Amino acid sequence: MSGTFVGMPAFPKAAHEAVGNTTLRANLRHATHTIRDKRAKAVAELDDWALLREAGKQIKDHTLRHLDTYLVQLEETVTAAGGTVHWATDADEANRIVTHLVKETGECEVVKVKSMATQEIGLNEALEEAGIAAYETDLAELIVQLGHDRPSHILVPAIHRNRGEIRDIFTKEMGEWGRPAPEGLTDTPAELAEAARLHLREKFLRAKVGISGANFMVAETGTLVVVESEGNGRMCLTLPETLISVVGIEKIVPTWRDLEIFLQTLPRSSTAERMNPYTSMWTGTTDTDGPRAFHLVLIDNGRTDTLADEVGRQALRCIRCSACLNVCPVYERAGGHAYGSVYPGPIGAILSPQLRGTTSEIDASLPYASSLCGACYEVCPVAIDIPEVLVHLREKVADQGGPGHRLERAAIKAAGWILDHPGALAAGERVASRTRKLHPKKLPGPGAGQWTNSRDLPQMPAEPFRDWWKKNRT
Amino acid sequence: MRVALFATCVNDAVYPSTAIATVRLLERLGVQVDFPAAQTCCGQPQFNTGYRRDTEPLVRRMGRAFEGYDYVVTPSGSCAAMVRDNYPRIAAKGTDPRLTQVADSLVPRMYELTEFLVDVLKVTDVGAYFPHTVTYHPSCHGLRMLGLGDRPTQLLKAVRGLELIELPGAEECCGFGGTFAVKNADVSAAMGEDKVRNARSTGADVLCGADNSCLMHIDGVMRRQDAPQRALHLAEILASTEEEPWS
Repeated sequence: MSGTFVGMPAFPKAAHEAVGNTTLRANLRHATHTIRDKRAKAVAELDDWALLREAGKQIKDHTLRHLDTYLVQLEETVTAAGGTVHWATDADEANRIVTHLVKETGECEVVKVKSMATQEIGLNEALEEAGIAAYETDLAELIVQLGHDRPSHILVPAIHRNRGEIRDIFTKEMGEWGRPAPEGLTDTPAELAEAARLHLREKFLRAKVGISGANFMVAETGTLVVVESEGNGRMCLTLPETLISVVGIEKIVPTWRDLEIFLQTLPRSSTAERMNPYTSMWTGTTDTDGPRAFHLVLIDNGRTDTLADEVGRQALRCIRCSACLNVCPVYERAGGHAYGSVYPGPIGAILSPQLRGTTSEIDASLPYASSLCGACYEVCPVAIDIPEVLVHLREKVADQGGPGHRLERAAIKAAGWILDHPGALAAGERVASRTRKLHPKKLPGPGAGQWTNSRDLPQMPAEPFRDWWKKNRT
Repeated sequence: MRVALFATCVNDAVYPSTAIATVRLLERLGVQVDFPAAQTCCGQPQFNTGYRRDTEPLVRRMGRAFEGYDYVVTPSGSCAAMVRDNYPRIAAKGTDPRLTQVADSLVPRMYELTEFLVDVLKVTDVGAYFPHTVTYHPSCHGLRMLGLGDRPTQLLKAVRGLELIELPGAEECCGFGGTFAVKNADVSAAMGEDKVRNARSTGADVLCGADNSCLMHIDGVMRRQDAPQRALHLAEILASTEEEPWS
């Protein structure tokens, strides 16, 4: 498996394999249900959760409405604090900027804090092409990187792996990249963590360049915030001489005080913790401590287009907690890889087709990768109505035509005519009822065949309700 | 009080027994109920599949069919939710002012059956008799969009002879999801099979729900597995009495 998602098949095809993989199903079921239950308990502890959720939503909506103002303010405050701000329209531009910045330092390796933005733009691959080795230092990202794998979850990217698989990856791969795994490594969590600690420590101490994303950027102070739970982020943010942070433009909050809301809702939603373990905040550079140089690369990469969509823009409120993944029955069975993006699950199904557009097969199929059960909306700490956006995007996909949709539109038109003519509807219902003994149990073809592969069709009644009513009540 | 039954297209064509049960139940509770024959479909399948503009004639039709009634009662959580949540959206995106009139007029009069029983008629004991073990699946639209809460289980608990057994993982989607069931058939079937596994683990005779489209999917899996259980709409349980038992 390669490190990129380019050329992914449509969701149903990718999900087909995942559904049949019993190990994967068991790993995902166990992991998502565990986090799901813990989150529910952590959220239930706060009697003002609904207010926090509403406040988070309003802060994000306000910021997005005035994004132009806050971005300029952020550039001013970051610059005043000794940082340098770079603007990137798309992934290529961002990768060029970061590659150039690393090359300027003369280094050929960097340590990385877990970052969705750098995965979104494929930074590691771009750096590799330029002869720069990027080492992931988050435990799960390390597992994914060593396993030549792709992330399948926003918060726990190796959620599809179990302990035995992780032991095998460490034993086989660590030596290729640095300090090998200890002899006789078992699959106990403590031993696996210790192996990762030893392997990573030499990288932290050697690295001269750190690369991060950010969970929040405070416009009024120019402060960036990274929220993590292993301490690897703190190492990468403080030890190297040069720090480069790659952040999506929507990650701004106007004031320091706004963090009060998100630092309550994010940990409880993502890891079910009351308080986040390592919250690192930095403002530009400081003469006697930390990195000597700080670069902030602000990326658009489809965000402005998303912002232009009145219904779809709410996706930009996302704080990447991944609560929606953990409650999603589709994610639980299809797994993260089927979504063909670093953003899997319900949020990915509305984010990827907006950031990337709906021209590729996978992006056009993502809005349909949901039963619209609404569990995602219920847990979202910034109240993104994911089902509403999914249906909105389905309309866009249907409107652009494409494979299957022309036929579907014709069927919808035909059904629409019948449903607007109750006499024709009643006649059709009567035919279905009268021929009911002739209906086979399994049907061929798209649609009906998809149903009867796994389910019996309902038995048709002797007469439709409207005929019963006419006979018995009029 | 003028009350109209919105039977829904699925119940009209495939599950008339549910619509008949709703009529009998409401009549037994002293409500005179009417069935305006101009009604067809609320447009949910079209809307949720991305064909919003094709739902506009159906929205107007719903407005005409139920004009002048104080209450419109439907034995389907998802169709009630379609009207309540999505008619205002269809009106806002469309250009026809008639759509806004329909949304404004119909939304406050649209009641899912258990809402009408508990909130309007203020009954939880409807005098039903159903001597079977039952487990209840709260369909997603009723649970999350309408917020039905414990109305359905309050009604079930008051049924004489009925033993209610809690369904493990009750709040998880059954995997129907309208066209999702065929567009993502593998995932849909996997969800349905997990739902049926949970239902079978209760040992209940009947899995009860308040949305026949979900029950069509769940019952389809049950029959494919030759399961001893059947899926049955809540209205049919509430309509059942000692004199006229469900059969």
